[in-house]
Amino acid sequence: MSSIQAYTGSGWILTKAEELINWGRKRSPWPLPYGTACCGIEMMAALAATYDMARFGAERPSFSPRQADVLIEAGTISKKMTPVLKRIYEQMAEPKWVIAMGACACSGGMFRTYSTLQGIDQVIPVDVYVPGCPPRPEGLLFALLKILEKIEKDHPLRELAARNGLEVCK
Amino acid sequence: MSQQTLVSACLGDMVVSISEFVGDLTVEVSKNKIIHALEKLKSDPSLQFDFLSDVVGIDNLGLHAKKAKAPKKDEPQQEAAPDAGATLPRFEVVYLLLSLSSNKRLRVRVAVPEDDCVVESVTGLWRAANWPEREIYDMFGIRFKGHPDLRRLLMWDEFKDHPLRKDYPLEGKNEERILNYLD
Repeated sequence: MSSIQAYTGSGWILTKAEELINWGRKRSPWPLPYGTACCGIEMMAALAATYDMARFGAERPSFSPRQADVLIEAGTISKKMTPVLKRIYEQMAEPKWVIAMGACACSGGMFRTYSTLQGIDQVIPVDVYVPGCPPRPEGLLFALLKILEKIEKDHPLRELAARNGLEVCK
Repeated sequence: MSQQTLVSACLGDMVVSISEFVGDLTVEVSKNKIIHALEKLKSDPSLQFDFLSDVVGIDNLGLHAKKAKAPKKDEPQQEAAPDAGATLPRFEVVYLLLSLSSNKRLRVRVAVPEDDCVVESVTGLWRAANWPEREIYDMFGIRFKGHPDLRRLLMWDEFKDHPLRKDYPLEGKNEERILNYLD
């Protein structure tokens, strides 16, 4: 365990607050499964026993955006569906991350038509793109690991201070 | 008696043309008589086309030029061909009927000119026509007179265009609103 460089003694532990927060966040990236097409099936496989995404802390697929951390957008988003996706993203509490799973979510995929959104990054920020049509469950697990790496490099307190206009000691 | 003669006899002078291709019987009926014709096909005791599988729309735009060009490649004579293509209507509505008792199918076509995009709704005969007719209205802009609830089926309500028309681009026409709404 590298992120907590702690001095340990009998009954106490010393670490940096930011690293403690990241340590906690990294261990419970609750996913919001948003399966809109065949990628959703691969996502279910990744969540189920054989691949078992729970090994990486994605223990509880959260079907409510309020309790979710990672939005897994698995599948095609039609233009009619776009406001729904945007609203679901907005309902998620900070901090939140987004995985665009599959060609359709990344770029519209083969559906270059009047009805398909050409990549969900047109409306919401995306952290990790997973190519493939559909990607294998390993691909999604890899994306989740990338999210965990990203969480590890995060500076939640510095960002909080910056948002509130506080000066940060270097 | 063959199915073709039965249908011809049932519809009488409502038939514009009737043809069979690889076992599929197609009959074209004039637009103002469509309800009457389908009603007859449904109730005729020897035909009993009582099941409506689907209603679909066709846009023939651009087909005029193709049909006129096609014979030039194979045969040098090209007197009749261009005229045959030019008489194509802009739109067509096709009713796919099935007789549950004889398991026979029939295609009924109606020509819909661009300046008069209105067809009588057949929802009175088959309630199954409700959604297909809404879809045709959504995709081609053909209106159905007497339809109980003629709203768009697939595109969002504020959408103004009809995307399956051949003059509609691949994407990016009148779809901006849904993205602008988000900001």
